[in-house]
Amino acid sequence: MTFAGSIGILAVIALILLIGIPLGGYLYRVFSGQKGKFDGMFRPIEGFLYRVVGVDPSVQMDWKAYLRALMLVNFMMMILAYLLFRLQHVLPLNPDGIKAMPWDLAFNTAASFITNTNWQNYAGEQSLSYLSQMTAITYLQFTSGATGFVAAIAFLRSVTVNRSESIGNFWVDFIKIHTRVLIPLAVVFALVLVGLGVPETLLGAQTVHTLQGGTQIISRGPVASLEAIKQLGTNGGGYFNANSAHPFEDPSAWTTVLEMIAMGIISCGLVWTFGKFIGNRKQAVVLYVFLTAVLVIGAFVIYASETAGNPILQHTLGIHGPNMEGKEVRFGPAMSSAFAAITTAFTTGAVNSMHDSFMPMGGFIPLLFMMFNLVFGGKGVGLLNILMFLMITVFLSGLMVGRTPEIFGKKIEAREIKLATIAMLVHPFIILVPTAIALVTKAGTSSILNPGLHGLSEVLYAYTSGAANNGSAFAGLNGNTVFYNISLGLVMLLGRYVSLIAMFAIAGSLSKKAIIPPSAGTLRTDTFAFGGVFVAVFVIVGALTFFPALAIGPIGEQLQMWAGIVH
Amino acid sequence: MVNFWRSLRFTIAFAILLGIIYPLVVTGIGNLLFPFQAKGSIVSLQGRPAGSLLIAQSITAPGLFHPRPSAVNYAANGSGGSNLGPTNPALVAEVKKNLQTVEQQNPGTPVGSIPTSMVESSASGLDPDITVQDALIQVPRIAKATGISRTDLTSLINQYKQGRALGIWGDPMVNVMQLNLAIEKRLGK
Repeated sequence: MTFAGSIGILAVIALILLIGIPLGGYLYRVFSGQKGKFDGMFRPIEGFLYRVVGVDPSVQMDWKAYLRALMLVNFMMMILAYLLFRLQHVLPLNPDGIKAMPWDLAFNTAASFITNTNWQNYAGEQSLSYLSQMTAITYLQFTSGATGFVAAIAFLRSVTVNRSESIGNFWVDFIKIHTRVLIPLAVVFALVLVGLGVPETLLGAQTVHTLQGGTQIISRGPVASLEAIKQLGTNGGGYFNANSAHPFEDPSAWTTVLEMIAMGIISCGLVWTFGKFIGNRKQAVVLYVFLTAVLVIGAFVIYASETAGNPILQHTLGIHGPNMEGKEVRFGPAMSSAFAAITTAFTTGAVNSMHDSFMPMGGFIPLLFMMFNLVFGGKGVGLLNILMFLMITVFLSGLMVGRTPEIFGKKIEAREIKLATIAMLVHPFIILVPTAIALVTKAGTSSILNPGLHGLSEVLYAYTSGAANNGSAFAGLNGNTVFYNISLGLVMLLGRYVSLIAMFAIAGSLSKKAIIPPSAGTLRTDTFAFGGVFVAVFVIVGALTFFPALAIGPIGEQLQMWAGIVH
Repeated sequence: MVNFWRSLRFTIAFAILLGIIYPLVVTGIGNLLFPFQAKGSIVSLQGRPAGSLLIAQSITAPGLFHPRPSAVNYAANGSGGSNLGPTNPALVAEVKKNLQTVEQQNPGTPVGSIPTSMVESSASGLDPDITVQDALIQVPRIAKATGISRTDLTSLINQYKQGRALGIWGDPMVNVMQLNLAIEKRLGK
């Protein structure tokens, strides 16, 4: 670990907070219906879009109507993406002559991008036409992020309304997040990326005559426009197979820092938006302190493991230095470690280094962050997970001290706790059960690249990434088989929609409740003591459910590596 | 049914807005402002495109700087890393092979001075940069093959050396394509 590297990591995290918090204030003003400076500019555009879609913006929806519209439009966009993948060979904008995707891979990819996962069982430069990259991939990177975002906004409204059914209008929210947040940010960020070296062209691959007389075919395309929303929407699905490790996606230390900031700001800002919605800034501050601490600790565990290097190589070959297998020189160990921590904390899933080649403890943190799924978390859904665990924490602490559990002035009763428990338990269920099935079947184990305990980690990582809608991978695992395409596709869909539906149902019952003013008997949730209990609850729940799998995966492998044993 | 038509209209309208208009706008403005970067930072030698500044290519000639090892043989249409895990014997074998190549091509280099990045494969297989130490190790070989003096090569490395962004982000390094183009220019090709 170097001093410059450590400061670099802390500086990136600090910048995410510095930009994210004011952005959270802006998000609050937009979605609480306050007047803003740019209304005059946005109103006519939004008015036009409402007419195109056929929306009456004055209509209010209850949770069921909101959820129905969300599910239906998600389903339709998934079908559109599937059709584009299947028909890309006959559609225009295919200068490199890419063939149609097989049905199982097209299903997996459509499920992956509609759920904001961006797990990739295909190599972008070889399997997608420019039209698919633009109109399936880039398109869904906007709308899937927007879907999670509006779900969180709808939930926040349910907490603030008093005995009411209405939680806003889905179409209005869904259009506004595009016009007022995602599109302006993406256009600016994409152009900055082009300036820093990310290609953006419709010209096909460039064939070059190399300096020593060979030929090289250099794939390119509309990369920057995809890259911008890939990070801003916490998507993570890269244009190329190597994702952000590819020099065309992430050409310098500068771009990688900007990409990390882009991944973080909206999810980070949403915590502030939440504080504003419930009129309690201290609640947001408490969450910032604890979540940032978890993020920083995780980033430094990875950094320490990667800079310590591989003792087996040191011992057998005599080379010394950080682990650079699967890393790029322009990022070095520090920016690779920070990226790995941030991409899994904010569940983006972009990678600028190959997690499969990390030291066991370096790979352990990304796994753990995806298992927690709430260290800020993905767009909107991260906040929903935070809220879900806050409710569980309130319920548990309420039981311990003998108080009626209530949160943000709303009483929490059996129905809400049952639903929150479903939302909580579906995550480990869809990780551990498919992992177990994959490990005892030939179809599952034949895709593993690395032998021994590391192979188990590869499979565990895949389903954890799918369930957390992250999308990063221990990429040695060959996921492009019918078994993994279908099972991971289903895990991604369940991971996204089961907890989302449960949280909407909670929103529905919370919105109908009266707001009770806080009294001496209220358990305060905006104290640092409560924040500590909150962290303890999600760590204990996470540890209890996943510890056995982690012990025979990365933890076991770390011990094995220290002992100098190869397979 | 109302929702069905609304969803369909949304899906199509926004596919056009976000999936076609947005990337085309970025392509248009991007090419106007940054034509070189937008097309992939392609550099030419004697009027022919010779490669991209950002993409490593296979270089084995003794008179040029070599990039880092690539798990995909520098296929710029099929990027990727080795994905070998830390306890995989295949990793040890791969690094050992790369180490032997380095020692063979640059005889007399002490193993302890070889940076790990010089013998371990990059993440993309296309890493365009090497560490300064990596470049310095290659100087005697290139000097011998080209007749350019060691001092000149070292000052070339210093000339193209890139430091950390703001002093904190990234690691000091040097771009292989820039070095090799400078060598080709020096040799009058």
